[in-house]
Amino acid sequence: MTGDDAHWAFGTSFVDPLAGVDTTLPDGVDGGELAAYCLMLGDDALVASHRLAEWCSNAPDLEEDVALANIALDLLGQARLLLARAAAADPGAVPPLPAGSPVPGEDALAFFRDADDYRCVRLVEPENGDFGETVARLLCFATWRLALLARLVDSRDPVLAAIAAKGVKEVAYHRDHAARWVVTLARGTAESRRRVRAGLRAVWPHRAELARTHPVEARLARAGVAVDPADVVAEVDGVLAQVLRAADLDDLGPCAAGPVLDGPGGRDGRHTPDLAALLAEMQVVARAHPAGRW
Amino acid sequence: MDTIVQEDLQEQFEATLARGDRIEPRDWMPDDYRATLVRQIAQHAHSEIIGMQPEGAWISRAPSLRRKATLLAKVQDEAGHGLYLYSAAETLGTSRGELTEKLLAGRQKYSSIFAYPTPSYADVGTIGWLVDGAAICNQVPLCRTSYGPYGRAMIRVCKEESFHQRQGFELLMTMMQGTDEQRAMVQESVDRFWWPALMMFGPPDADSPNTARSMAWGIKRDTNDDLRQKFVDMTVPQAERLGVRLPDDGLVWNEARGHHDFTPPDWDELAAVVRGDGPCSAERLAHRRRAHEDGAWVREAALAFAARAEADRAGEGAR
Repeated sequence: MTGDDAHWAFGTSFVDPLAGVDTTLPDGVDGGELAAYCLMLGDDALVASHRLAEWCSNAPDLEEDVALANIALDLLGQARLLLARAAAADPGAVPPLPAGSPVPGEDALAFFRDADDYRCVRLVEPENGDFGETVARLLCFATWRLALLARLVDSRDPVLAAIAAKGVKEVAYHRDHAARWVVTLARGTAESRRRVRAGLRAVWPHRAELARTHPVEARLARAGVAVDPADVVAEVDGVLAQVLRAADLDDLGPCAAGPVLDGPGGRDGRHTPDLAALLAEMQVVARAHPAGRW
Repeated sequence: MDTIVQEDLQEQFEATLARGDRIEPRDWMPDDYRATLVRQIAQHAHSEIIGMQPEGAWISRAPSLRRKATLLAKVQDEAGHGLYLYSAAETLGTSRGELTEKLLAGRQKYSSIFAYPTPSYADVGTIGWLVDGAAICNQVPLCRTSYGPYGRAMIRVCKEESFHQRQGFELLMTMMQGTDEQRAMVQESVDRFWWPALMMFGPPDADSPNTARSMAWGIKRDTNDDLRQKFVDMTVPQAERLGVRLPDDGLVWNEARGHHDFTPPDWDELAAVVRGDGPCSAERLAHRRRAHEDGAWVREAALAFAARAEADRAGEGAR
């Protein structure tokens, strides 16, 4: 499609998610570091979105097919913006493709990086499990992400600040949706209570990783660009404790975050085996056609 | 009911149809009209829900983030269409749960097209272009159908379907501008979907016993063959623009008729698919059954929670 034809079907022509946005780096900010940080937040969103989208046509009810798809779409939109920001901040971060390949930076980053180069936290990687585990994971993820994005709106990088401002509204809904389900399941039937409790217990150990600060996050936080995850721990624990109280699941304890993660984690490219399996599926068509036009 | 009253009601019903006005949920209607509508709306709703599967299978493998978002949003729309349509059916005195049970028991049907496999990513584009294109031909006249809630649901469904059709065409157009392999993928997909798309309009008029009555009641506005012809005439120039060949040597413009002549699809194949013997019929129902059964504990929990909250409120009110 060229010229006016590009606008003939609304929504099909947004090839560059950052079209028209000034992507100049703020003073004193290293493009490589900013790109690395955008990949962390972008990969979290992309992988979480992919998992939630797996519920589409498999949810317990049609309303939930719609709701989980909505959340997945919000996160996918955030991932596109963050990956595009990473590609603009540091073109060297984008995997090389055959000369003349029309694949844009965001897609090269999503579809042509191996698991070792992904920077998502492990929380978002595992297979969905049942609906109880999915809403437990979403509660944990959205509570943490909302706390990060709420602070990121003041980032010195205006692009990140704008992405965060959009994301805050979205993720506030995600957190609310997950919290409502955790309470509903916990106070529903004996079976649903057993399942959501098992889901929370499965997800809990991953919380330790959310509280850790990667050196890139530390440096960019000092520069006023990023948020140090250590700064949101108290808020995240407070919100989770409130939900657990409403669910009458206080005994799980918001601070009993399971074993502290030793050594490298998802932010360092050390992932669960589930991520490699997820990417093998997600990337299969794109990699079969490295010069393809979609 | 008193025969004279019954005759009055029947007269009023027919007068409403004759004026071109809508029948609304609280109006009297003949039992057969109600049953025909429930059958048709349920079949349509089931088609939306089963139709989430063949394309939904590609959400996890869509080759760009933009296409992944577009496809997920489209499949989400189909769930939404299912919701409007089940709601329209519920105004006739049935329930979504009851209709779902009938679908899972094989007692209600869904569109024959979704019993076909989608082995190629190009099928996402072809389904948008040909299948949603055929659906639009079928459904636009239903915006004027005689039953109010159905017609109003269809207005919204058609707007979204029309958007999906353009998205599908745009995907195929983009792929046709890509590599040789991509162009071959598109042609192969069109070759597979052309005949099943023609079957979406149902059997030929001579073999469609319900058509005349449904048209008299204003439920249906055009015959199967008229709609099929309209679809072929609409699609031929679009195929030329795309640069794909429609796989029918008998497809030629007939100046005298002012329409394209074309080879009819294999009606025996359609009969087999409608019987539930399509290539993916068993798989589609099994998927829906599994999702329904896996989600039962969640639906039960939501009902139990709502009942408890209601009881708590009543308790507070009594104090």
